[in-house]
Amino acid sequence: MDVLTLIAKFGIYFIFAFTLSAALLSVTVQNIFHAALGLAFALMGVAGVFFVLHADFLGAIQILLYVGAIMILLIFAVMLTSHIGDASVHTSNRQVYPAMILSLLLVYLLVRQIGKVTWQLKETLTSIDAVEIGKQLMGPYVLPFEIISVVLVVALIGTIVIARSDS
Amino acid sequence: MIPLNHIVVFAVLLFAIGLFGTLTRRHVVGILISIELMINAANINFIAFSRYTKASPEVGQIFAVFIVVLAAIAAAVGLAIVVAIYRNQKTIYTDEIDILKW
Repeated sequence: MDVLTLIAKFGIYFIFAFTLSAALLSVTVQNIFHAALGLAFALMGVAGVFFVLHADFLGAIQILLYVGAIMILLIFAVMLTSHIGDASVHTSNRQVYPAMILSLLLVYLLVRQIGKVTWQLKETLTSIDAVEIGKQLMGPYVLPFEIISVVLVVALIGTIVIARSDS
Repeated sequence: MIPLNHIVVFAVLLFAIGLFGTLTRRHVVGILISIELMINAANINFIAFSRYTKASPEVGQIFAVFIVVLAAIAAAVGLAIVVAIYRNQKTIYTDEIDILKW
């Protein structure tokens, strides 16, 4: 039996639990540096979900871009701003219980609606490899691809302008 | 394979955790962390629907690629703003940054 299929049968609930607990840790923990580390583990769990769903290219992008680049950016920002590890400073505001009620209400409404929907499922599951994604990006989706390249360049220049010291 | 519903419910839970963090964090970097969690929940839905449903299988993955790029842009610009605010105001707690209020 294929290893990925075996993992998909038994291990995906373990990955779900791991990801959700890491995410919960990253939104509740006091120290913001520990929150960033929790986010790294949650993102790796999401990459595992991508691999189980046979989206290998997206899983690789997830690890490279999120766990590699965005995590380094976040940890840099945490390190550049001091008195963060100070445990006496409250890191959550006074809206904890209303926010909890709102989130649970959202979960209840969405899950109830998900239970009612019947999806139009495929007979045989397909998996797309990186070659096919590249062909589609250079074919029908070449205009959004170019636009997002321009947006990326503009955002990088803007980031440098904002973060540059005024002296 | 596991049912599609289980993956979608997992994405809903991840989104709700991100929403809770966004609403409760005082720290700007904490809010950015929670927003990344919500974006990832949306991405899981795109991948799952592209694999399971009758929609065209490439579209979901290509949308997910674009979303990852936009999330990276959001993180980079947001953290540059955090550094700039910290340099000027010496604080990054959201209830202390009120120079746009009067």
